[in-house]
Amino acid sequence: MTIAEMNFPERMLYILQHYGGSLAKGAATTMAIAIICTLLGCVIGFAVGLIQTTEPHKKDGMLKRGFLKVVKVILTAYVEVFRGTPMMLQAAFIYYGMSQLFGINLGMWSAAILIVSINTGAYMAETVRGGILSVDPGQSEGARAIGMSHVQTMLYVVLPQALRNIMPQIGNNLIINIKDTCVLSIIGTVELFFTFKSISGALYTYFEAASVTMIIYFVLTFACSRILRRVEERMDGPSSFDLATTDTLAFTSGLASYNDRTGGTH
Amino acid sequence: MEEVLRVEHLMKTFGSNEVLRDIDFSVYKGDVISIIGSSGSGKSTLLRCINMLEDATGGRILYHGEDILDGSVNEDRYRTKVGMVFQTFNLFNNHTVLSNCMLGQLKVLHRSREEARQKSMEYLAKVGMEQYINAKPRQLSGGQKQRVAIARALAMDPEVLLFDEPTSALDPEMVGEVLDVMKILAGSGMTMLVVTHEMAFARDISKRVVYMADGRIEEEGPPEEIFGNPKSQRTRDFLSRFSG
Repeated sequence: MTIAEMNFPERMLYILQHYGGSLAKGAATTMAIAIICTLLGCVIGFAVGLIQTTEPHKKDGMLKRGFLKVVKVILTAYVEVFRGTPMMLQAAFIYYGMSQLFGINLGMWSAAILIVSINTGAYMAETVRGGILSVDPGQSEGARAIGMSHVQTMLYVVLPQALRNIMPQIGNNLIINIKDTCVLSIIGTVELFFTFKSISGALYTYFEAASVTMIIYFVLTFACSRILRRVEERMDGPSSFDLATTDTLAFTSGLASYNDRTGGTH
Repeated sequence: MEEVLRVEHLMKTFGSNEVLRDIDFSVYKGDVISIIGSSGSGKSTLLRCINMLEDATGGRILYHGEDILDGSVNEDRYRTKVGMVFQTFNLFNNHTVLSNCMLGQLKVLHRSREEARQKSMEYLAKVGMEQYINAKPRQLSGGQKQRVAIARALAMDPEVLLFDEPTSALDPEMVGEVLDVMKILAGSGMTMLVVTHEMAFARDISKRVVYMADGRIEEEGPPEEIFGNPKSQRTRDFLSRFSG
């Protein structure tokens, strides 16, 4: 039976049998790029977001203030340019620009990771900035009031809460990245969309190839969104807590004793 | 008696708004000072300036004779000595009760985990919260949160504790449990500076009462004098609103 004689499900099965390996490989490449780039994008985003929300200390001199201001302007330009232009063009711009201007031929992987990370970082920078601003200023006042430095306050109090607040957005970015790596086909990265194009080009079965590939994309994104939801629940911790058993240590102070009945100190 | 803090000619302006105008007063070791006054009189701003959460615009704040505003004093080190309890508790939402009390000890005072834990348990017991060490702040009532916040501040072994309206955000039935803890603290000799609207607390617990109006100290004295025989007409008017 030739492919022309098959019906729709038979053609899909045929694609899976003959191109299953390529599809799996393409899907793996897509996932690898999406996950690595989302993580790297988060790192870039946290770094940029942190600098953007840093206010100069009152004791800082003109030089330090000026430096901070210049860095902020550069970072704002980065964010605006990479959010404001299509990633497909950024891919072409960086990939061909590197080779034409600097004679650097980026490999498929390094080009893909560089472009998607930088692009994700630009979005994440704004997300992180929003996440930091969403944490109640009282949290950092509480930390400063017990003598924690700005860095300690950010590290142990503000950023963990900001991270929790922006988890849904990080999930969004991961899912967007899984789908948007398809624009890398312009520079020849063999990911899932590239595989789809090869299959449909070889067999002239666009509808069936698209159906199979769409299902794979959906399974990947749906699985990721479920997993991230579980991660969020883990971050929130249990909804109930155990009352600690009364420690003998607890009563050594002698100043107050705990009254179970009234729930106060007497 | 040993002078811990001295505020001299303290000024604070927000834009063209003068919030503090020429504040002068001293805090001695073991003092329990209540700062009373109507909203907007500058009470909280005064406390926040003393803790350096706000930058004073003028004047001096001397801590054991050293001016903390001239930039020579390490701000973070100073804050471990002058603790603060907030109206809105400001417990770290991402940490458990125990971890809230331990974090500053570990990161700022560099105590061992064992010592930090022991200290935390001691003070959590003092405020009656030792059973709740595994709870997150969101799982506690307002009164419980404030008691943990007091334990957190105490665990740093501060020399002075500043209370910024510690019971104003609480349901009426929870005010008592927090005031009880503060009474015990006052009785134990802790140096305390309390901005409060609880007149009974100010009258019964404090050694001195400061009445503020329009960014100035209108009257200052022992509670029996301020409440029993206020000299200024403004103080009388303010207090008469409470006796109703």
